[in-house]
Amino acid sequence: MNVLLDNLPLFREGFIGTLSLTAASALIALVLGVVIAGCRVSPIPPLRWFGAAWVTLLRNTPLVLLFVVAFFILPKVLFPGMSPYVLAVLALSFYTSSFVCEAVRSGINTVDVGQAEAARSLGMTFTQTLSLIVLPQATRTVIAPMSSIMIALTKNSAIAGAFSNAELFGTQKDLSDMGYNILFVFFWIAVAFLIITFSISGLFRLLERKLGVAR
Amino acid sequence: MRLRKTSAALAASVAVVLALTACGKEGSAGDDNDEEGPEVPTYTVADDVDVDSPVLKAAQKRGKLIVGSKADQPYLGFQDPSSKKYEGFDVEIAKMIAADLGFDPEKDIQWKTIDSSIRETAVSKGQVDLMIGTYTINDERKKQVAFAGPYYMAGQDLLVRKDDDAIKGPDSIKGKTVCSIKGSTPLRNITENKSEYGAKTIELGKYTDCVKQLVDGQVDAMTTDDAILKGYAAQRPDDLKVVGETFSDEPYGVGIKLGDKALKDAVSDAIEAHIENGDYKKAYEATLGRSGSEFVDPPKLDRS
Amino acid sequence: MSSVLYDVPGPRAKARNLILSVVGGIALLGVGAFIVFRLARTGQLAPEMWEILQYTSTQERIFEGLVATLKAFFFAGIFSVVLGVLLAVARLSDHLPIRWFATAFIELFRAVPLLITIFVFWQGFLINDPMWALVLGLTVYNGSVQAEVLRAGILSVPKGQVEAAYAIGMRKSQVMLTVQIPQAVRAMMPTIISQLVVTLKDTSLGYIIVYEELLYVARQFSDNTLINGANPEVVLLGAVGALYVGICLLLSWFATWLEKRGRRAKTGIKVADAEPVAEPDKALDGKDGKDGKDGKDGK
Repeated sequence: MNVLLDNLPLFREGFIGTLSLTAASALIALVLGVVIAGCRVSPIPPLRWFGAAWVTLLRNTPLVLLFVVAFFILPKVLFPGMSPYVLAVLALSFYTSSFVCEAVRSGINTVDVGQAEAARSLGMTFTQTLSLIVLPQATRTVIAPMSSIMIALTKNSAIAGAFSNAELFGTQKDLSDMGYNILFVFFWIAVAFLIITFSISGLFRLLERKLGVAR
Repeated sequence: MRLRKTSAALAASVAVVLALTACGKEGSAGDDNDEEGPEVPTYTVADDVDVDSPVLKAAQKRGKLIVGSKADQPYLGFQDPSSKKYEGFDVEIAKMIAADLGFDPEKDIQWKTIDSSIRETAVSKGQVDLMIGTYTINDERKKQVAFAGPYYMAGQDLLVRKDDDAIKGPDSIKGKTVCSIKGSTPLRNITENKSEYGAKTIELGKYTDCVKQLVDGQVDAMTTDDAILKGYAAQRPDDLKVVGETFSDEPYGVGIKLGDKALKDAVSDAIEAHIENGDYKKAYEATLGRSGSEFVDPPKLDRS
Repeated sequence: MSSVLYDVPGPRAKARNLILSVVGGIALLGVGAFIVFRLARTGQLAPEMWEILQYTSTQERIFEGLVATLKAFFFAGIFSVVLGVLLAVARLSDHLPIRWFATAFIELFRAVPLLITIFVFWQGFLINDPMWALVLGLTVYNGSVQAEVLRAGILSVPKGQVEAAYAIGMRKSQVMLTVQIPQAVRAMMPTIISQLVVTLKDTSLGYIIVYEELLYVARQFSDNTLINGANPEVVLLGAVGALYVGICLLLSWFATWLEKRGRRAKTGIKVADAEPVAEPDKALDGKDGKDGKDGKDGK
């Protein structure tokens, strides 16, 4: 117990760091993921190729490698001076976007073909069909996988700790450097992560219940 | 779907090509930094060493002395990427000690790369017999490991880009971004005296990461011990320079398992003997001396 | 599905699509050219940089790293599937304490980042070899995930089969071993393999305890090598990235192949229908409440 009480500021800093990294990356990953999924089903070949390449590359690369690219190669391509927080969010959200994209695409696949055909027969364009008919219905089936993607994102944010970001893994390392028994530290860090991940799955279950419609 | 298959095939063939081109050129890539210089000394291996130390007894039984070293610090603890050989001042110190403990420095040392953040664990768990890698002696660490030495006195300094004239010392880093290793003493010095220095800090896992960020312009300066910084400055003389104003004392010691007094004494004896017979100076000039720092007499050993 | 989202283009749509294709293609090429141009300016793409891949010493080091990665993956892959089976069975056990233990184990190790688990195993327990600490960390995490996958698989075996097995006098363990688990593994093979892809990628987390796997070796090599005063980062990271992507794609391709083969072989196992697969895309169907293959833990 002492480990927690004596170092409450450190734990709080780590907890907030993990939350903020997760939230920011989740938001960007969601937007990017949906856009890329749109690309992957679009009628324009170069966009489809782009979407496929994006997913294939990002999904099959270790996240650590993406972090290395973000921190040591991206500044060469763009401009130096981006904060570690921004770079970490970029790496995390790009990586996660590929999973979001695949989840959304498989969600699109579950919407009944008749729905899209009906939309088309009403004269809707591709964008209209997708945004008004298919995506809203896909949302429901996408929620379950999305929940595990977001939980994975929370855990992946630990890697940012090694790249100059304050989060729970950094807290754990600082405390074990200070000589605390690592198993006690681990216990409290695990509790902190369980709180976050249970909140996320709770939130998504709530969403599921709200959006769930018997079809 | 056909696309994914094609790309799979493409990637697989890239892998295969990489594997098949294994009939490549001999030698190693990279800039040739091995200009003529003083040679490192050779050490005579002591025989029949009998020290009442459990760690050493285990090492003798094994026939190998396991030494933890850094791998990314030129002229200090550096692993040649191609030959995988370790070289540098810390490495020479390790060889001297090994010779006096009865291990052939060229054959009987098993090197292990140990990064800064895991040194205490590696020593206290017995993953390495000796930890010799820019290991600053301080009270916090003394709770977890014992130190023999100090064998070298370094000091915290700043490394900046060659064209940077704004940073002249620790007083002029206000508002600048300074990079260092997570959990290292120089970093804490800056963060804990934030009101005094007023610098933003970036904490990365490896020294070379900081160097790259400095060259890329991601950070304005890098801080750690001058010995380490001088190595990087010597490696990239066109890009980097050391400010040259130390603002702390960093005595380097040899990390040993806590409680092994006999081994600690034996290591201290070895260091002392090689300082006296001149090997220490020769080793210095063949390694750290090349990075342009003058030889200074080693600090007094702590025999407590 | 994607083809029904838009009509067969008429002349105007064709023209519009053509224009958009050209514009989109040019935009993508532009971004690519920008990246190449900026990297070339820093000397990262100079011919000397590429030459590094031709040296035997470089190839040997990368190969050593690859072997280290595959070794950790091999052990972690096998152990995690075995642990997954054990945990899944334990979680479905009739004995409350066993069920609780399995549930707590799964929830704990699924919630904590693998990076932390590996570090704690290495530091907190007496595992000296970084490889085994890495393998153990990968095993408990991926084993927990595989357990959930297999549990879904076991539950998807039709009840009638279990009842029939009991009716012909099989014991509980026999039913589990000879009826439920084989079908669960078969039905869940694609998901199990995509989790193995995750396992493979996660071996790179070994850097935290200095396990010299592929990514660590490549970074070390590039950091310690200077060519024209710069590290050959782009070349080496690119090469290693291609290796990772290649191996992961091979594994995914294997999963797809298994899936297709499983459907073709009519051995009377009904569960094959549990994964309604027409083509790989549609295997992602999340209707049955299980996470789609790709959604699984999204790592």
